[in-house]
Amino acid sequence: MSITVRNVSKRFGDFVALDDVSVDIPSGALTALLGPSGGGKSTLLRVIAGLETPDSGTVEIFGADSTHLPPQRRDVGFVFQHYAAFKHMTVARNVAFGLEVRRRPRAEIKRRVQELLELVHLEQFAGRYPAELSGGQRQRMALARALAVEPKVLLLDEPFGALDAQVRKELRAWLRRLHDDVHVTTVFVTHDQEEAMEVADELVVINGGRVEQVGPPGQVYDEPANPFVMTFIGPVTRFGGRLVRPHDLELTAHPEAGAAPATVVRVVRLGFEVRVDVRTHDDDLWVQVTRAEADELGVEAGSRVFVRVPPGGGLAAVAAGG
Amino acid sequence: MAKVALRVVALTYLLFLLVLPVGIVFWHTFQSGIGPVLDALSTPNAVHAIQLTVLVAGGAVVANTVFGVGTALLIVRHRFLGRRLLDALLDLPIAVSPVVVGLALILVYGRATGAGLWLGERGLDVIFAPPGMILATIFVSLPLVVRAVAPVLEEIGTEQEQAAWTLGASTFQTFRRITLPAIRWALVFGVVLTLARGLGEYGAVAVVSGRLVGQTQTATLFVEERFQNFDQPAAYAMAFLLAAMAIVVLLATNLLRPREAA
Repeated sequence: MSITVRNVSKRFGDFVALDDVSVDIPSGALTALLGPSGGGKSTLLRVIAGLETPDSGTVEIFGADSTHLPPQRRDVGFVFQHYAAFKHMTVARNVAFGLEVRRRPRAEIKRRVQELLELVHLEQFAGRYPAELSGGQRQRMALARALAVEPKVLLLDEPFGALDAQVRKELRAWLRRLHDDVHVTTVFVTHDQEEAMEVADELVVINGGRVEQVGPPGQVYDEPANPFVMTFIGPVTRFGGRLVRPHDLELTAHPEAGAAPATVVRVVRLGFEVRVDVRTHDDDLWVQVTRAEADELGVEAGSRVFVRVPPGGGLAAVAAGG
Repeated sequence: MAKVALRVVALTYLLFLLVLPVGIVFWHTFQSGIGPVLDALSTPNAVHAIQLTVLVAGGAVVANTVFGVGTALLIVRHRFLGRRLLDALLDLPIAVSPVVVGLALILVYGRATGAGLWLGERGLDVIFAPPGMILATIFVSLPLVVRAVAPVLEEIGTEQEQAAWTLGASTFQTFRRITLPAIRWALVFGVVLTLARGLGEYGAVAVVSGRLVGQTQTATLFVEERFQNFDQPAAYAMAFLLAAMAIVVLLATNLLRPREAA
């Protein structure tokens, strides 16, 4: 394990940001701390970086107790949501900063900055100032700056949170490729489950200052530990007293074994997907079907259908909690 | 129509309160050419007054730059008991009359008290001497650097500094390479205001200096003393010099400052 967090608690006044959190971050992997805003995931990342001191508990980084080490001596790279670009320095000087304060030889700094700017595709922007870059370019610069000092761990706090949707998608794919090249242990914070599922090897779902579940994305999606994880990680609807994924349900025109009769309330066509809101005797729920299925059934508001869980389907479901 | 009226009012106000008095000082100064002005400013007493003014204002600038940046960091970056009180107290020197400041310093550092006596026995006279004058000037210009720098510190936030820490920069390196460049224009502005205030301070310095001609007489005290003694050319010449120094400093700051200072 590269990072071991044990029984860490942190309060800000009356607000409990972290409540007895223990997590192991595997070496070399890309781990996402996923959860809703205010759930404590950024605080956990900042505790790992040494930017916050936990009230209790310990943090080990590659076997060394780092709980009381200042951020300068933890060998971590940190990337902030709003880039934290050094505004008065050029892109090259930003990237060189960590090497300059370490008093590395000038030639080495120059070579390393060139390498890193190539890695993040900013070599033609070396002489520009951060204000002259787009958000995505600034974030790539911040990443190069953090990587320059060859940290043991790379920590990213909502790295794409301030970017527009298109750039976000490009950058997350790019981050995944970069990680496959560089292989530095990486932890990133996000509230976007799609982003976490797409990029991460391992998810740590955090809510209300506690770890709800840890595991690979597929496992967390298919075997959610509780209603919160089930609801947060993907779409859910309530059927027969359980929470299920709307795409795990089936609509049929004729009664089948285990099917409940229902009335279609509304049909929403979202391109390939069709969202069908239906009402059974017990539940209001929605079912996601393909356009072909919807056309074949001929569903429209008011039509009579049957809803069931298809036999043999790999169903993610948890008993609906209070 | 309302716009024009507003402009007329504002410009008339400025004309009568600023442009006219300063202009008349300039006009009086050069009424008989530049020769008498140079003569008046090169008497031993005038030269000494100028030197002392530069010393006093310079001392106040150095002290208040260091103290001002430190205090601004303290009240913006730290939360502690009494922070709001400190924040409010910082404006006291602006609110209190400089004469009161001078009297207070005499009460604390005069020969009649413990502190003043103790220092005096060790050869350091504070009152009726340059140290007291520097103290008085520091006091009256105390908030200027803090109030210029604090809002900028607030605005830049702490993320750049935290980024510098994670990159291995020590507290001092972070201050020198990140914080200081970010606040530099606010700091220059605060220093200029402090310098202008220090050059022009009269009341507090008048009280603590004892007004000894050729010894503790600053430029402003020189102007007053010459004026009272019917030596108007010397009074005007020094007044012009003071005004000119202030204008040059302000202009230089404005010219040096990049347009899009970010």
